Amino acid sequence: MDANASARLKRRIATVAHRVGLFLAMLVICLPGLWIVLSSLRPTVEIMAKPPVWIPQQVSFDAYVAMFSGVGKGGIPVLDYFRNSLIISITSTVIAIAIGMAGGYAFARHRFRGKSAMFLGLMLTRTVPGIALSLPLFFVYAKLDIIDTHFGLILAYVALNVPFTIWLIDGFFRQVPKDLAEAAQIDGCTRWQAFWQVEFPLAGPGIASSGIFAFLTSWNEFALASQLTRSINSKTLPVGLLDYTAEFTIDWRGMCALAVVMIVPALLLTFIVQKHLVGGLTSGAVKG
Amino acid sequence: MATVSLKKLTKRYGTMEIVHGIDLDVGDREFIALVGPSGCGKSTTLRMIAGLEEISGGTIEIGERVVNDLPPRSRNISMVFQSYALYPHMTVRENLGFSLKIAGVAKEETDRRVAEASAILGLDALLERRPSQLSGGQRQRVAMGRAIVRDPDVFLFDEPLSNLDAKLRTQMRTEIKKLHAKVKSTVIYVTHDQVEAMTLADRIVIMREGYIEQVGTPDEVFKRPATRFVAGFIGSPPMNLHEATVADGRLVFSGGGSLPLPGRFKATVSAGDKVVFGLRPDDLYPVGHGLQSGDAADVHELELPVTVTEPLGNETLVFSEFDGRDWVSRMLNPKPLKAGDRVAMSFDLSQAHLFSAETGKSLRT
Repeated sequence: MDANASARLKRRIATVAHRVGLFLAMLVICLPGLWIVLSSLRPTVEIMAKPPVWIPQQVSFDAYVAMFSGVGKGGIPVLDYFRNSLIISITSTVIAIAIGMAGGYAFARHRFRGKSAMFLGLMLTRTVPGIALSLPLFFVYAKLDIIDTHFGLILAYVALNVPFTIWLIDGFFRQVPKDLAEAAQIDGCTRWQAFWQVEFPLAGPGIASSGIFAFLTSWNEFALASQLTRSINSKTLPVGLLDYTAEFTIDWRGMCALAVVMIVPALLLTFIVQKHLVGGLTSGAVKG
Repeated sequence: MATVSLKKLTKRYGTMEIVHGIDLDVGDREFIALVGPSGCGKSTTLRMIAGLEEISGGTIEIGERVVNDLPPRSRNISMVFQSYALYPHMTVRENLGFSLKIAGVAKEETDRRVAEASAILGLDALLERRPSQLSGGQRQRVAMGRAIVRDPDVFLFDEPLSNLDAKLRTQMRTEIKKLHAKVKSTVIYVTHDQVEAMTLADRIVIMREGYIEQVGTPDEVFKRPATRFVAGFIGSPPMNLHEATVADGRLVFSGGGSLPLPGRFKATVSAGDKVVFGLRPDDLYPVGHGLQSGDAADVHELELPVTVTEPLGNETLVFSEFDGRDWVSRMLNPKPLKAGDRVAMSFDLSQAHLFSAETGKSLRT
């Protein structure tokens, strides 16, 4: 009995320790986000105060009101930036997913010469920091006259995302047993039908999550966008943050407010899509 | 329903040849089992018939129509996979009706045929479930149902029972046999389990390393194995096979022990020939504990020490040492024996087999 009681006690202590650990970890992860939201609601004096003021003394939505009230009244062309961000992120994500699906499927299902070398090559492109490419990219884009266009940024983001989406989607197609596509072919499907009827629905959740990654990468990217955009023609939200920096001052509150405006759609999208990311959909396809 | 005919069927991967020009004719409504150890090419052969694997040479005919380059959907076959390959995102009903949906069959007709198949296989209560909610045996039945619904010319089974536990396997084996009796179709069934092959098939094709070793009824391959390999592969426990040399009308084994040369082989072998002697466990038994199949004159008795016994209830497998090696025998109406006991053993030589040591071919006349 004693041994049982002490084992039970140990298990309880472990559970509590586990939860406390999780709470601390989540605190570290969430605190910056929370701080941004708080900072967008209070005056700069409070933001810059040392020691920090934890509980805001004055809360106001002035920064948000100002942001949308137009140029000259402390505002920035946030709707234009938002539109640009949306067009560029969605288009580049759709293209990256389409290429990623074709590439990932080929890597997962077919054997061909130079396959591993090609795969490694795709991965190696990820090792080059984007910022290192920005100068050469700038020259090339300048020659092609595609600086400050949606097309230019979409092209850059597709190139940035494709290796990653191929790699992710390859993994998801690998998890769909090959037998299923073969069974579908025997059941009367063409290769194409077997893909859309059986393999695609099963890899769907994985493809959706690759889509989220690609979208967020494009949505949040700053380094390349700051080089390749100039005006409201193509400036995205992250680049728009710079509008709050003047020669001698930085409007931290406005910047934080814009950051919140940026985060909300990304958060919503992730929340909506993740509900469809039902795991374990393939369980029960094969074996017992 | 249809016949299937393979002519000089070959499969190569690069320079490696896996299936070496095999010939096989499967009759209408015949149940054929392809059996052999792993890597013998049986699954590859089945996949070539299904159209899932391109052929490198030869022809495949289904119902007297050459289908060499036709895609699987144009061959009017159905296949049950080892992994069942049920579509996890569809219910049992959708799984069963999938092929009809693809073929554009009207909904009423689809419903009727799904109901028919589900009645045959007892799936009525499971129609709205998904594969993940089914047990292994139920998934197996759904996989078979999906095959039936198509009403194909030929059923292909690729080791359908090997993921099931022993008890369920026996049960499903019986169901497959009943099913074949009901739907009366041509079946090609791949298995590595010789018991499955023996119990189910009208004819058995034994394959080894991409060649067909023997084609015959279960009785034929058991009683008259064409090669040493077939003799060792078919039957459980396997046949006792030991190399010997013919000398003075006797078979002399490597350890010096000898047995008389069975009379019926006297014309086919001569002194000095190297042969492999084969005797099934059923034809080697402690005196009085077996069934004598031939002439009493052909029964040879020897007293041998027992090394191991394996009691099975109604019979006991007795391993006894002769010529420095273990020989397995089947003792009917068993009496208790223990290791070290000396027992008089009957060698029923009328049932013995001889194979050429060089080619492995049977030397029967």
